[in-house]
Amino acid sequence: MGWSMSNSGIAGPAAAVLLAGATLAAAEPSPMRQKELIHMVRQDCGSCHGMTLRGGLGPALLPATLADKPVDGLVATIIGGRAGTAMPPWHRFLAEDEARWIVARLMEGFPQ
Amino acid sequence: MSSAARLVWLVAATLLLAACAGAPLRGTGDLGLVIERASGHVTLVSTTSRSAYARIGGLGDLSHASVVYSRDARYAYVFGRDGGLSKIDLLEARLVKRVIQSGNAIGGSISQDGRIVVAQNYTPGGIKAFDAETLELLAEVPAEYAPGQFSKVVGLADVPGNKFAYALFDGGEIRVTDFSDPKHPTTQRYPAGRQPYDGLVTPDGRHYLAGLFGEDGVALLDLWQPEKGSRRILDKYGKGEEKLPVFKMPHLRGWSLAAGRAWLPAIGRNEVLVVDASTWKETARVAVKGQPVFVMASPDGRQVWVNFAFPDNGWVQVIDTLSGQVVQTLQPGKAVLHMEFTPRGEAVWISARDDNRVLIYDTRNFRELGSLPAEAPSGIFFTSRAARIGF
Ligand code: HEC
Repeated sequence: MGWSMSNSGIAGPAAAVLLAGATLAAAEPSPMRQKELIHMVRQDCGSCHGMTLRGGLGPALLPATLADKPVDGLVATIIGGRAGTAMPPWHRFLAEDEARWIVARLMEGFPQ
Repeated sequence: MSSAARLVWLVAATLLLAACAGAPLRGTGDLGLVIERASGHVTLVSTTSRSAYARIGGLGDLSHASVVYSRDARYAYVFGRDGGLSKIDLLEARLVKRVIQSGNAIGGSISQDGRIVVAQNYTPGGIKAFDAETLELLAEVPAEYAPGQFSKVVGLADVPGNKFAYALFDGGEIRVTDFSDPKHPTTQRYPAGRQPYDGLVTPDGRHYLAGLFGEDGVALLDLWQPEKGSRRILDKYGKGEEKLPVFKMPHLRGWSLAAGRAWLPAIGRNEVLVVDASTWKETARVAVKGQPVFVMASPDGRQVWVNFAFPDNGWVQVIDTLSGQVVQTLQPGKAVLHMEFTPRGEAVWISARDDNRVLIYDTRNFRELGSLPAEAPSGIFFTSRAARIGF
């Protein structure tokens, strides 16, 4: 399951939720996709933010450090990166809803 | 006691000790360890038997962990991300001592005389020197680059004279700290450029190179003539073209030198940059599969093995240094994080994190010689590093 397929992940179960016209504000990634996202954040985001997300080359992504930051800004950072810094854009691998799901999990304490 | 009698006594005592320990005498030249990043373990391995012989846990957060060896190649010093510094005895296969030396570390190095172990830290930004025997703190050098501003330290490498060269990611400097008086270090500063991400010392200990992330180029300092200051090589190698995103920072170390040239990862380009190591002028570029992370020469310098950042981290490519061509493309497994050559390079060990395996390849015919299970393996470190400058 290459990450490069992840953009099309929206056509899978997550899209089914959307089509069902659910009242959810944002589509929840499928349980399988959630597992992939957790692995991705711990391992691949972890190469800069630390596997425990306590920071490395990039800042800590812990509930306490993110608490005061606007969610939309954090989602935009993940999707678009931050020019002039080492934070790359992840839009090739993450749909916006997935980035939003990641930010929500980060803000409450990221699952193992 | 005559000296002959003393010698007999010594030999007898040594044999007795060895007998008590119940283990046959052995050297450490073919040993090493594999970091298992997710679970805070290291697996101890032999490159002769191509197998693991022990596993040690309780080492904390080992993401981005690195290792240096004591000069007798018996002890491994493991630097963990969480600031842990652990000393491991490869012969007794046990943790000798562990200290938490900082909040967030990324590696370390050992002095020319083997007495000082230095850790490089992100927070608090700076380096710290420890007694290699006891892990007692000897000195601390904060990476303050402007009043009250401390930088993350990258690219720490030992250089002759019990000195250490390193770079300041946020400060844009190269620094050389002299620990010849271990408790009273002195530091020289040189400009590097925007955001140095790692550094290396050439195997002869003469040149320090700091790769830049924030601009196209590499900063170079001649440690034999530091008074000449640092200068820029590979300036503007990107020629103003837009950079590709970099999903993982590359790593530099003295293994970049082979066949009289330095083989360096480009930043934001799927290329290996080749520089003449006497003129420091670019001589060639090799197009590769992705953003290079490790660009490692085999011990004889005939091959350069390259692995890649996410999402191309399932590939490994081999460049023949004579022709400058990619001669082999391998898919060893999922999420290839690191490679290490056996001391004389007949084999290379490769960690595939998401397959939970370490794979061993023959460097002549690229055949797989075997593999070992390991939990999310990352760095692989063999004791042959003990005798190398800049490791
Ligand atoms: C190559 C290194 C690198 C990788 C990989 C990386 N980041 Fe970042 N990230 C950074 C840096 C550096 C910053 C700080 C940018 C700045 O200075 O504003 C950052 C900032 C952020 C921020 C904003 C934090 C804040 O406090 O404002 C978020 C959120 C974030 N990253 C999430 C992620 C996620 C999620 C991933 C994986 C999908 C990821 N990052 C992968 C380097 C990285």
